[in-house]
Formats: sequence, C-alpha cells, structure tokens
Amino acid sequence: MEQTFQSALGLGSLTHYHFYRKGVKTAMRPRIQFLPRETIERVVSEAYDLLVAPGVRVHSERALRLLAEHGAEVNFETQVARIPAELAHRAVETAPSSFYLYDADGQPAVHYGDDDVQFDPGSAAIEIIDHGAKRSREPVTADFVRFIKLADGLDALDAVATSLVCADVPQEVSDLYRLYLVLLHTRKPVVTGAFAIETWSVMKDLLVAETGSEKALAEKPRAVFDVCPSPPLLWSDITCENLMDCAQYRIPAELVSMPLTGATGPATLLGAVVQHAAECLSGVTIHQLVNPGAPIVWGGSPSAFDMRTGTTPMGAIETIMIDCSYAEVGKYLGMPTHAYLGMSDAKIVDTQCGFESGIGATMAALTGINMISGPGMLDFESCFSLEKLAIDAEIVGMAKRLVKGMVERETPLALEIVRQVGHAGNFLTTEHTRRWFREELFIPSPVVDRDFRRDWEAKGGPDAAERAHRRVEEVIAAYEPKELPAEVERELEAITLRAAQAAGMDQLPSRNS
Amino acid sequence: MTQVLTQLEEAVIKGLPDQARELATQTLESDIAPLTTIDEALNPAMQIVGDKYESGEYFIPDLVMAAEAMKGAMAVLEPVLIERQEQREVLGTVVIGTVEGDIHEIGKSLVGTMLSASGFKVHDLGVDVTAGEFVERVKEAGANVVGLSALLTTTMRNQEAVIEALKEAGLRERVVVVVGGAPTSPDWAQTIGADAYAENANEAVGVVRRLLEM
Repeated sequence: MEQTFQSALGLGSLTHYHFYRKGVKTAMRPRIQFLPRETIERVVSEAYDLLVAPGVRVHSERALRLLAEHGAEVNFETQVARIPAELAHRAVETAPSSFYLYDADGQPAVHYGDDDVQFDPGSAAIEIIDHGAKRSREPVTADFVRFIKLADGLDALDAVATSLVCADVPQEVSDLYRLYLVLLHTRKPVVTGAFAIETWSVMKDLLVAETGSEKALAEKPRAVFDVCPSPPLLWSDITCENLMDCAQYRIPAELVSMPLTGATGPATLLGAVVQHAAECLSGVTIHQLVNPGAPIVWGGSPSAFDMRTGTTPMGAIETIMIDCSYAEVGKYLGMPTHAYLGMSDAKIVDTQCGFESGIGATMAALTGINMISGPGMLDFESCFSLEKLAIDAEIVGMAKRLVKGMVERETPLALEIVRQVGHAGNFLTTEHTRRWFREELFIPSPVVDRDFRRDWEAKGGPDAAERAHRRVEEVIAAYEPKELPAEVERELEAITLRAAQAAGMDQLPSRNS
Repeated sequence: MTQVLTQLEEAVIKGLPDQARELATQTLESDIAPLTTIDEALNPAMQIVGDKYESGEYFIPDLVMAAEAMKGAMAVLEPVLIERQEQREVLGTVVIGTVEGDIHEIGKSLVGTMLSASGFKVHDLGVDVTAGEFVERVKEAGANVVGLSALLTTTMRNQEAVIEALKEAGLRERVVVVVGGAPTSPDWAQTIGADAYAENANEAVGVVRRLLEM
C-alpha cells in the first residue's frame, strides 16, 4: 500500500505510508523526504571526517580536557580538538532518542521524538512591530507579558519561547529576566537560552524554584535551552559551558547550528548539511561525555545567504530545504529534531510574511520535525509581531491537520452513507456528517476569513493583519493567570532581583502595561 | 414529570432524533399535554440551539440535527394534537422552493427545516418550481410567507418573476417574500421588490418572525 508521488516543486518525493499507533485507525501520514538513505550516509560519513580534519575549535578548557581524556587529539594552544569517529558515534548511541518536556502541573506536554510535530514561537527578537506600524521598536516588559499571555492562549502552540529581549532591563540579565516572566505567566513548557555562562545557572535556579528541586527538574524538565555553535565548527566558551551545564543537570539542550551558505558554510545546500552535521556531532559528543544519556536535540537555524543583499533569509526556500534535510540526518541518527522554520523576512505582516511562514511550517511538519520554532518572527529572526503569531497559529493548526493525513474512518469508506442518502444528496441531515466533521476538519479562528463577502464587508472589510489584531486583543483579554504558589513567586522574584541588582538595577520593571 | 421534558429539551439541543422521538412518546405516556411539551421543551431547545450557532459554538450539522430531532418529536406529538383538536401555535404558513431552472436543494431545505422546527407550517415545493406553482400553493395553503431560493446568477431573475406573478394574482399584499441564495443580497431583495433577504437558515427564522410582527 505504498505510493510515491513526485512533488510538484521538484523538491523530492512525497511518500504516503501507513502507521498504526495510539489506537488511531489506519492513517496515511503524508511525508516529504529530501535525501535518499545513501546521501544521508554520505553526509554523516563526511561529517565524521570533518571532526578529525580539520577538527573542531573549542574555546573551553573544561571541554577540551574532557575530549582529550576520552581519546580526542587536542591542541590546547590552538584550541582545536580532532574527534575520532568512534567517540562521536558512541555519543550518538548514548544520547536518548526521545524525551518529554513537562508543563507546570508536571504533565508531559511536548514529546521530542518519533515524527511528532510541535510548534513554539520564534526567539529571541530584539525588536517588536506594533499593529499597523511601519517602524519597529525595542520591546519592554509590558510587551513581553502581552506576548506570553497570547502564546499561552493560542492552543496551536505547544510551548512558549522567551521570544523577546526586553530593553528595560540591563543586558546582563536580559536572558534570565525573560525566563522569569515566562515562568510567572504560563503553564506551557518553555524554549529558552542563556546569553552568558553565569546567567545559565541563575536560569537553572529559576527552574528549580518552580519545580522544587534539581532532581525534580531533571526528572521532569520544564524547559529546553538553545545552544548555538558558531559556524564554521566553533564552540565559543559561552555556548560550550551552557551545553555542558545542561548535560550536568540533565536539562535538555537544543543544538542550533547555523551555517550560512557561501558565507560561513559551503555554498552547496548539501555541503551546508554536512557542516551542520559535523557541528551537531561535536556538540553531542561534548554533551554526552559530561553526562551520558542527558537529553539533547538535533536542531539548527541555517540560512541560504542572500548574495545580493548579504542578509540571512529565514523564509528562503533553500533555507527550508537545508532545515528539512538536516532533520532527516538527525532522524537517521536517532536524535530528536528541531528547526527554526515558519518564519518570514518581511518587515510587516504582509503577503510575503504569510507565504514564507506557510511554506516553512508546512514543509517542517511534513518532515516530522519535533519542535518547530518560528511563529511570530519577522525580519531575519530579529523582529516579533503579535499579529503574526496569531496568523501563524492558524498555519500551525493547518500543518498539524495536514500531517494527521487522510484517515480510513470507516469500512466501507463511503458505500453505506452514500447509499443511505441516495439521490436526495443532502448529507447535512445525517448523523454521519455530525459524527465526523469535527475530526476531519481543522476549524480555524476568525483570523482565517471564510465569510460571505457581505458579512466580511459588514465587519468593516478587515484584512488578515486587522483580523489577527482583533484576535490578539481577544486572546490577551481572556488570559487566565497561572496562579503560582506565593512562596514560589517570591522565590522567582528574589532570584531575578538579586541578579538585576548585581547588574546595577535597583528594582524590577512593573509588569503592567 | 418535568424530568422527561428536561431530557427532551436536551435531546433536541444535542440533535438526537431517535431519543427525541422516544422521549416525546414518554411525555404522552406521562399525560403531559403536547402543547406543554412544545412550549416548555421543544421551543426553548430550538432557541438555545440558534443562540449556540450564532455564538460560534454550534456548526451547521449541529443546527440541522437539532431541527431533525425537533421534527422527530413533533411527528409523535402532532397526531395527538389533531386527535385532541388542539393546535400548536402556528407562527405562519410558509411556501418555500427553489425557483424555476435551478435545482439547488440543500440551502432551501435547511431554511424549511429551521422554519418548521421554529413553529411555522412549511410547504416545501422542492426545486425548479415555476412561478405558477408558487402562486397556486400560496392560494391553496393560505400562506402568508413565501421563501424563494436561487443559487445561480442566471436563475435569480426568476425570483422576481414569482413576485410579479403573486402581484398579478392579487396575493402580493397577503404574503411576505424572503429571498436567499449565494448570488442574492439585501440590495437584490430591494431591487426586485421582495420584503427581505436572509443570509442563512438560522437568520431566516429571525427575519420572518420580524416581518410578521410588522
């Protein structure tokens, strides 16, 4: 029962296969596959070769010593480690193929593993664009709180990210401050990251304050930390220490390797996939040497460098192709996967914003990437729009419906119901219709316009951005507070305030807009 | 005694025709007057269903199945009403159909079903109905409401033809005429001299109610 179609875009082949799980009736999940197995094997083989020559630059004494102890050839002067394939391969073996992130109630909420598809907002914007504005501005605390309330209320989003960098706190604490606000306002799992070595441990303390203990946090991790190697083949001291700290405390780490084609990585798309694999393999190796079995994700944010403007488009079709391809490599190695997709490089919520995000999210879902980060993000991953987040939530809803695929709901498929209705032709009056329509259809919010033209006109003829703006205000107004225990809230505030005061800020900004 | 009425109301709200029929039978066995059942269970249920549709909680299939449940209960109660020589309060008598040359059925049938479930006596003439057939049935049934459906730009003109025929037969003043269907609009209704346009089946009920109060 396997059919293969050539994709209309010529990007690869679309394969339908049957899968059986969780009591779902036979479903035919649509998949896209960019790389044949032999190509994936060549990518992995060349990546292992790159780890030996030229090796990986590691700007951390601790990591270099660890690598040397386990058989890597380390030059402490040049800080280059040549990692033997067996060492990297062993790390891939000890890394878990799946794990969960938990919500504030201790329930598993995000599953990194298999072909499960989940979405969280893009991160970490240094600009925000208000509805209707042409100019972006620096976000502040009130913006971030509104963002969290919105992300919390949009059901399509499986996790909340620390998506905005607030300009009203000192830069030294801007990473941990985001986590503090997120933990105060949402029960969803969190995707975050540290900007420095020291702040990582403060962020860990915040997570411990919420979960109760380091042990509880390790058993039921609430957050995953993005750690970003610098292309080509460099682990800076910050990211390397973050990576090792995550491993030590068994807080999940998400590798975000980002070669830029023709700039900080090969111009060939597959070449970029090879470099990505080498950077990720070296990360997995360092990580697993610290603590074998600690959870780690094969992720990234590469880009097809724009040869006219010198920018790093996240909505480019080649960016999407590289992402989906490296995810296939990760899956081949048995790793949970992540990608920054579903983003746009438009400056405002316009047509480009919609089509780039739609294509990216759809392709990522068809690839079965476990965590897709991107909703809400514009302008080369630097500017956030709440309205875009509301629109992207609809894209996510459609993408998730897409990968549920066609389902054989009944046997026979239609014989009985069509005979029952006969030539009268009205299926609306059958119980059959009501039995299935909710399961078969993704029912969008009014952000997606399906009105008769008259009704649309009666509403003032709102375009997508306007409809999204209305939805943003509705969802934020309907936000229900998280209601943390008072002592936990005090503890979170005390930790954050201590860090802020060390950075020269006497008190935290007001959280009210 | 009131428990069965509550259950019947629930069955209609949930759109369960078989249950509604069975519960309607139980009301008769419990000696509840059919008119009481209609007033206290069926009519309030349809009101709630309409509200749920307007608020976005219910979808078209929910609406339709509720109306089917209502019809199911009425099929049980009506013979007893006739036997007792009682009458359900009839809000109006409707002649409805899709105009000549047009064979679109579903929208028109939904309007008929909803009107019927809401307490109107409905004569559904089907599809491809000539102006003459409309006039004849209005006369025969003593109708005071005419519903005209057209789904094609090429057949919507025939809505006007029916209105003209009603005028010629001297019946226009006796009836309110409501038009509907994808190509039609409030402007169109005005252009051809209809009394109103209705967007969907649920709205049609409200529109006809309002027109008859005038």
